[in-house]
Amino acid sequence: MKKIQDFNVKEYKWLNDSSYVIVLQSSYPIPEIKPGNFAEIAVPNASDVFLRRPISVLDVDRELNTLSFYIKVVGKGTKKLSELNIGEKVSIIYPLGNSFSINGIQNALIIGGGSGIAPFVLLGRKLQEEKVNVTFLFGARTKEEIVLTEEFSKYGEVISTTEDGSMGEKGLVTQHSVFKGDFPFDKIYTCGPDPMMKAVAKIALQKNIDCEASLENMMACGFGACLCCVTETTSGNLCVCTDGPVFNSKVLKW
Amino acid sequence: MVDLSVKLKDLELKNPVTTASGTFGFGEEFDDFIDLNKLGGIFVKGLTLHHREGNPYPRMAETPSGMLNAVGLQNKGIDYFISDIYPRIKHLDTEIIPNVNGSTVEDYIEVTEKINEIEGINAIELNISCPNVKEGGMAFGVSCPSAIAVTEAVRKAYDKTLIVKLSPNVTDITEIAKGVEDAGADAVSLVNTFLAMAIDAKTRKPILSTITGGLSGPAIKPIALRMVWQVYNAVRIPVSGMGGIMNATDAIEFMLAGASTIQVGTANFIDPTISIQIIDGIEQYCEENGFSAAMDLVGAMEV
Ligand SMILES: Cc1cc2nc3c(=O)[nH]c(=O)nc-3n(C[C@H](O)[C@H](O)[C@H](O)COP(=O)(O)OP(=O)(O)OC[C@H]3O[C@@H](n4cnc5c(N)ncnc54)[C@H](O)[C@@H]3O)c2cc1C
Ligand SMILES: Cc1cc2nc3c(=O)[nH]c(=O)nc-3n(C[C@H](O)[C@H](O)[C@H](O)COP(=O)(O)O)c2cc1C
Ligand code: FES
Repeated sequence: MKKIQDFNVKEYKWLNDSSYVIVLQSSYPIPEIKPGNFAEIAVPNASDVFLRRPISVLDVDRELNTLSFYIKVVGKGTKKLSELNIGEKVSIIYPLGNSFSINGIQNALIIGGGSGIAPFVLLGRKLQEEKVNVTFLFGARTKEEIVLTEEFSKYGEVISTTEDGSMGEKGLVTQHSVFKGDFPFDKIYTCGPDPMMKAVAKIALQKNIDCEASLENMMACGFGACLCCVTETTSGNLCVCTDGPVFNSKVLKW
Repeated sequence: MVDLSVKLKDLELKNPVTTASGTFGFGEEFDDFIDLNKLGGIFVKGLTLHHREGNPYPRMAETPSGMLNAVGLQNKGIDYFISDIYPRIKHLDTEIIPNVNGSTVEDYIEVTEKINEIEGINAIELNISCPNVKEGGMAFGVSCPSAIAVTEAVRKAYDKTLIVKLSPNVTDITEIAKGVEDAGADAVSLVNTFLAMAIDAKTRKPILSTITGGLSGPAIKPIALRMVWQVYNAVRIPVSGMGGIMNATDAIEFMLAGASTIQVGTANFIDPTISIQIIDGIEQYCEENGFSAAMDLVGAMEV
């Protein structure tokens, strides 16, 4: 069941000069959150930020009643959310969206770029519980942008590419050597910039492997009321906020 | 006890607070957040004769104190509404009011005739003001003769409460309001969104796939309020007012300007519980200011 609930800012952790983890705490119990779910966060005291901002749930602690989010500063809302005082009230609508499917797989390759790594902590943990082997492949411009690797390595091997070669292999994720030669994976999950996800989906198609992509379309409501967030699929325009954000790449008209 | 009930001609609503078409889905989307039975009414998402895919993404742009949308009436068609959606929501103890759209007068008539057959639906809102479709929509609402023609035709096909939704994208909204009143409308609702646009200076591209779209939210409130007041003074039929209502005070202002009912639109996206808070706020205002009935607020601005 979706809820609108007030949280308080508990802490911030900056990961590099443009991204941070914000931890929010509530005095009420937190419902079950599935990998892929997101929240619509209202940015407090920001007259120039009118709509809520959709952000994936990075992690949840149902004993402390906390939710954490990994946020990349790209504009006024994500900036303003980084400047709140500890204890300040933040209104959240959650949990929203569908989640990744994990049935009958053995070897998962998780490919993330940009802010599109956030849903993969919960996914990695879930896959580990289900005894699935996980490999994370993260792409960024430089090594500073490859973050949270300690957390991800709890659930699987972390490999990476950077455009400047400062970490992992040099190039784009789709150029990584993991795609060359023997390919043990039976499922790919991806989240990040559209061009990256499209390229990943293409490889999945060539290798005839199931691929799920989590989309980050712009949203006005986040819960199916406005029809602003659609993506074109084989069954027409579907809402990324309710039919997604996770789609099988085969249904996307990419 | 304040009597919150209001009337739009013969249509009785338990309170003046309704939700605006296209901003409240079919009501179900809000079921987790509020008790829908408390609402005065729900104007459901715009319906057309046939299935429409709407416009391509991007359909939305945030703007100062508002947003642009270019959804373009995405819906599965009137038959799907009747067979699949209405049965799921008809148990609700609130007025379900379909928002009727068309590209031709014949389309409007056909959709209306189908709705006329549904038991439990007591009113329609004729949308002649959608800025987001190429043919039809706003084209009807921005010229007096076509607004009159479509209203007259639908009036003949419909014997329950006919509300006509007006476009603010006109030189004189009172002309159109008077025209549709003479053509048989039981009430008018206003305003629909303002034709507007947004450009991304970085990419030098329009933000919306359709270049232009409809502006809603608090940015339009003062203009909407002025238009409601002008129309209230120009016609005898009741007015359903909207445009940027974010809280109870905004809603009360619209009623003071002459709106018998109000519609909450874009605010639903930001706070899905706001419509219920507005009902409570109107009741409290009436109590504190000595109004025994919400109807007494209508047009009660003192000059
Ligand atoms: C389901 C979902 C989950 C998401 N999860 C995360 C997350 O975990 N962490 C995170 O940092 N971000 C996430 N995003 C993206 C995030 O919502 C946007 O970055 C944010 O809304 C931008 O707000 P802003 O006010 O900072 O930017 P604005 O000032 O509104 O815009 C700044 C620039 O960013 C662009 N922009 C705005 N919104 C988006 C968007 N949705 N996608 C791409 N570009 C956009 C604008 O076009 C503009 O160029 C997610 C988005 C969705 C839909
Ligand atoms: C996303 C969106 C979709 C809309 N769809 C419709 C529609 O289908 N039919 C209609 O008559 N009005 C539609 N509208 C207009 C609203 O009903 C309302 O007239 C307008 O948004 C002004 O009110 P507001 O500022 O409170 O939102 C839509 C508005 C938005 C924001
Ligand atoms: S964001 Fe409103 S329907 Fe998806």
